[in-house]
Amino acid sequence: MEKGEQGSAASVKAVEIGVAVVIFLFGALVVFDSYRVGAKWGDDGPQAGYFPLYVGLLICFASATIFVRAFRNSALAAESFVSRDELKKILTVLVPTVVYVSLIAYLGFYVASTLYIAYFMWHLGKYAWIKIAPVSIGVSVAFFLIFEIWFSVPLPKGPLEAALGLN
Amino acid sequence: MEEVNALLQGFGVALSPLNLLLMFVGVILGIIIGVLPGLGGANGVAILLPLTFSMAQQPGGTTSAIILLSCIYWGALFGGAITSILFNIPGEPWSVATTFDGHPLAQLGRAGSALTAAFTSSFFGALVAVIMITFLSPVVAGFALRFGPPEFFSVYLLTFCAFVGMSGGNAAKTIASMMIGFALAAVGLDSVTGTLRLTFGSTSLLKGFDFLIAVIGLFGIGEILETLEEGLAFKGASARINFKVVLETWKELPRYWATSLRSAAVGCFMGIVPGGATPASFMSYGLARRLSKDGNDFGSGKVEGVVAPETAAHAAGTSALLPMITLGVPGSPTAAVLLGGLLIWGLQPGPLLFVEKPDFVWGLIASMYLGNIAGLIVVLTCVPLFAAILRIPFSIIAPVIIVICAIGAYTVHNSMFDVYLMVAFGVLGYAFKKLGYPLAPMVLALVLGDRAEENFRNAIKGSQGDLTVFFSNGLVGGLTSFALLLLFWPLIRAGWRVVLGKS
Repeated sequence: MEKGEQGSAASVKAVEIGVAVVIFLFGALVVFDSYRVGAKWGDDGPQAGYFPLYVGLLICFASATIFVRAFRNSALAAESFVSRDELKKILTVLVPTVVYVSLIAYLGFYVASTLYIAYFMWHLGKYAWIKIAPVSIGVSVAFFLIFEIWFSVPLPKGPLEAALGLN
Repeated sequence: MEEVNALLQGFGVALSPLNLLLMFVGVILGIIIGVLPGLGGANGVAILLPLTFSMAQQPGGTTSAIILLSCIYWGALFGGAITSILFNIPGEPWSVATTFDGHPLAQLGRAGSALTAAFTSSFFGALVAVIMITFLSPVVAGFALRFGPPEFFSVYLLTFCAFVGMSGGNAAKTIASMMIGFALAAVGLDSVTGTLRLTFGSTSLLKGFDFLIAVIGLFGIGEILETLEEGLAFKGASARINFKVVLETWKELPRYWATSLRSAAVGCFMGIVPGGATPASFMSYGLARRLSKDGNDFGSGKVEGVVAPETAAHAAGTSALLPMITLGVPGSPTAAVLLGGLLIWGLQPGPLLFVEKPDFVWGLIASMYLGNIAGLIVVLTCVPLFAAILRIPFSIIAPVIIVICAIGAYTVHNSMFDVYLMVAFGVLGYAFKKLGYPLAPMVLALVLGDRAEENFRNAIKGSQGDLTVFFSNGLVGGLTSFALLLLFWPLIRAGWRVVLGKS
């Protein structure tokens, strides 16, 4: 449990219970929707919700079991799911990734990817710009050649490609 | 001897210059995928699948496409061993057991022997599995021609019950993960009644969830997040294999014939029953340790300890394709992605495939022999190159892998929504892995959900809602009973122990 000493951001017990609740709610949603579309025997056989109803019920049942087990197991409370340090590391990747995928719609795949790789190398790798620029631009140009030209699979493009006449 | 003739024709298909080229390309790509963190057999094949869409439309193109993709799979199986032995980082879950003796061997300066042993036993395991596929698959397919909806549903039931009973993990978590897969598969337009299910008015959800997106997110992004937590630096032993070491190791290997055969048998069995490559590798490592003369020294760097898990993992990974082509039931997540590929190319996997597309089936089987030979040659000659990939700093390789995942997710349907979904699946995959929810059942349920439901509906439609249709004859009754036996296997075994303990 060295992780716990560094300051735990969340215990296994808390996350286990939280995830079980979310899964239970999802299962309840499936059950609810199955009743909405009809989970009985129709004129021409089972209705659309017949099969999903059981799926939803099983989800609820399984998550309830996980919930009860986690609730009773007090040892899990001392165990760290993720330390503050680890959580910080994960967020430094996850947040830029979310920003990256939302930028694709505005800047196009290639420009957004270049910025994303550059950010990673700058923030995590602490590289100098003299190294960052050729690697990040080079990778994107390589992807452009592979996908647009070799496989002719078009990816979303943005203002830069439009300005260069590459659409 | 009908099979041999068919196989020879298959070699004719597979030996065309284009297909041979694709084989080597696939194997090399596969090894790179197997070596890189965040990319594995399943999501590697999923990312490259869209690139085969246009290839598959040409005459004979589906065979070329499946050869390319299945060779990526073989390559990934080989590649996992490289990182396990040199870096003590299992590139794939089934290579975990390889680290136990493989990495100590590398630390003793015998990395070359460990790698040679791993590759050779992988090849042996695959070969045994392919021979089994060659002779068993026509039999299974012929048998399955008599299947109706109840039989097919009971085969699916068997697959999923095997997961619950054989996984050895937390059964409730396996069921939860599997049922989430089924629920996600149900999202969208119901093809039978035309009703919209679980869309809640969202137009993006109309098409439902594509399992390829789930695979790319769960295994790709999820794994990157996990790797990140463990630290960013890879420190590895040097990877040089010279011909002398290869020959010396080959001379040593025949001594372990019993371990090899046993591990291959374990692997073949676990691959067909969807237990999968990972438990197979652990199981045969454990068996070898118990049965070997120097079992007590296992873990300190024994070649036999590399032979056992590698043979079993490769045999299981290969034989997972047997139920995929004969019954349309994949034995592993990667086999599931390949099955998804067949469906997208317009092929219906299952017993009829042997009747309607013999060229395709036997071309694929022949390519399994050739692809593994190609794989063995490539890994033995190019290990240092592949090991060098892992020396690229994480801060460069991680964003590049995520960009590749994003491109892969986008190209499936040319939809940005899928890229957002991929990130969501990535977070889900990370949380699930850390909490011990297995991911394979979810992926398999996502792939098979619609077909399982369709067969279930047709079966009970025929019986007017009477569930005893699943016990209506010997065949379906046997399958259903076997499924229930597997489902309750942990309980039965525990009960048995109690009974034995008392007497």
